[in-house]
Amino acid sequence: MPTLTINGIEVQVEKGTTVLEAARFLGIPIPTLCHDDGLVPYGACRLCLVEVSNGRKQTLQASCCLPAEDGLKVLTHSARVERARRLLVEMYVAVCPSSKRIQDMASAMGVRQVRYQAKHETCIQCGLCVRTCEQQMMAGAIGFSGRGLNRSVSRPFDMTSELCRQCGACLYVCPVCESRCQGPQAESTLCNGCLNISTVCFQSYDNAMCFLEPCHACEIGGPFRADVQVKPRSKDFTRIGEK
Amino acid sequence: MPQVEMEKVEPLLEQFEDQRINLIPILQEVQDTYRYLPQEVLKRISRKLRVPLTEVYQVATFYRCFSLVPRGKHVVQVCLGTACHVRGAPRVLDRMLRDLKLAGPGTTPDLQFTVETVRCIGCCGLAPVARVDNANTHPHLTQAKVGGLLKKYQEKAEAPKAAKPDEASHAKA
Ligand code: SF4
Ligand code: FES
Ligand code: FES
Repeated sequence: MPTLTINGIEVQVEKGTTVLEAARFLGIPIPTLCHDDGLVPYGACRLCLVEVSNGRKQTLQASCCLPAEDGLKVLTHSARVERARRLLVEMYVAVCPSSKRIQDMASAMGVRQVRYQAKHETCIQCGLCVRTCEQQMMAGAIGFSGRGLNRSVSRPFDMTSELCRQCGACLYVCPVCESRCQGPQAESTLCNGCLNISTVCFQSYDNAMCFLEPCHACEIGGPFRADVQVKPRSKDFTRIGEK
Repeated sequence: MPQVEMEKVEPLLEQFEDQRINLIPILQEVQDTYRYLPQEVLKRISRKLRVPLTEVYQVATFYRCFSLVPRGKHVVQVCLGTACHVRGAPRVLDRMLRDLKLAGPGTTPDLQFTVETVRCIGCCGLAPVARVDNANTHPHLTQAKVGGLLKKYQEKAEAPKAAKPDEASHAKA
């Protein structure tokens, strides 16, 4: 049973556990886009990266594909990790500004600007749908085709597949299929919409924001409150705390 | 799309064990035999090897050497890499396309030639170059040389046609 240290906490896990699972076992949240407990790790999104050292060198590695080993020292939220993650999320926002999951992640991680041109893709190639179809639905009706820029999720020969039972699992797991809210800044690349509205419960902390499901008070009093002025922001650049 | 001669597949599949690792060698053989990967054949391979069709399709669309539409008898790869580009490859390509009456890289309707563009085939000193059938490299091309190059293969393409009935009768005898 390997014993490793995550953020200074020693933890003993079963052999074959990944670092991501070990961290989650300790209750440390690591953001992921391409990981699902029921699927074989894929390592596509790199959002789960952590700083790892088992000797002299400290490296960034994708924790979902990293087996827990004896003596591993893991930092899940070091400055270096956070910086790398923010950059990734920034790029994901630029690729798919319409995804709720990505926008939420950006807000929660403090991404306040997007320096890349918005691409408005419909897929981030996380492979969740392909793996769900194959590993959970036992169908294998969809797969990747092409490569490089032309890589996309498709059915063989682009024809209706006999294997597809139209279960909809692929839509369910897709991090992009759920659209973001169409709130005050529906057109902007980076949403951060909720951050620009003073909510009932969090009025005085200008940089803090709760990322829970919206509470009842927020719903009736926050975004839709008549006396709150929603400040229009410049298109792609939003910074909170500015007057 | 032409009728697929399925009978050619079975002996070909016989040569390989029904294992996943044989997928690419089989696809290569099929590509050589048919000059493309017919849909029916891919389905057959998928069933025989017990590899999902999505995976077969994924591999078939990944590699440039596989094609899902029929390719010509001769595949002409015109290099558009940096060195070749600088030394006039786009003009050579234009000329070739014009001679073959093609709108862009692709296959002629008589299935004699397929024109493809590639990025550097590793002999920049000979730029601009074109490679035919993955074997014959033609160096220092100019617009004027394109006609001759095509003709060489055009003739070759027609010559075996006369010889073919002979071959066939030999095989039968
Ligand atoms: S369609 Fe959705 S689930 Fe499938 S690879 Fe693309 S982003 Fe991932
Ligand atoms: S969750 Fe680890 S790379 Fe996507
Ligand atoms: S650029 Fe054409 S061979 Fe290198």
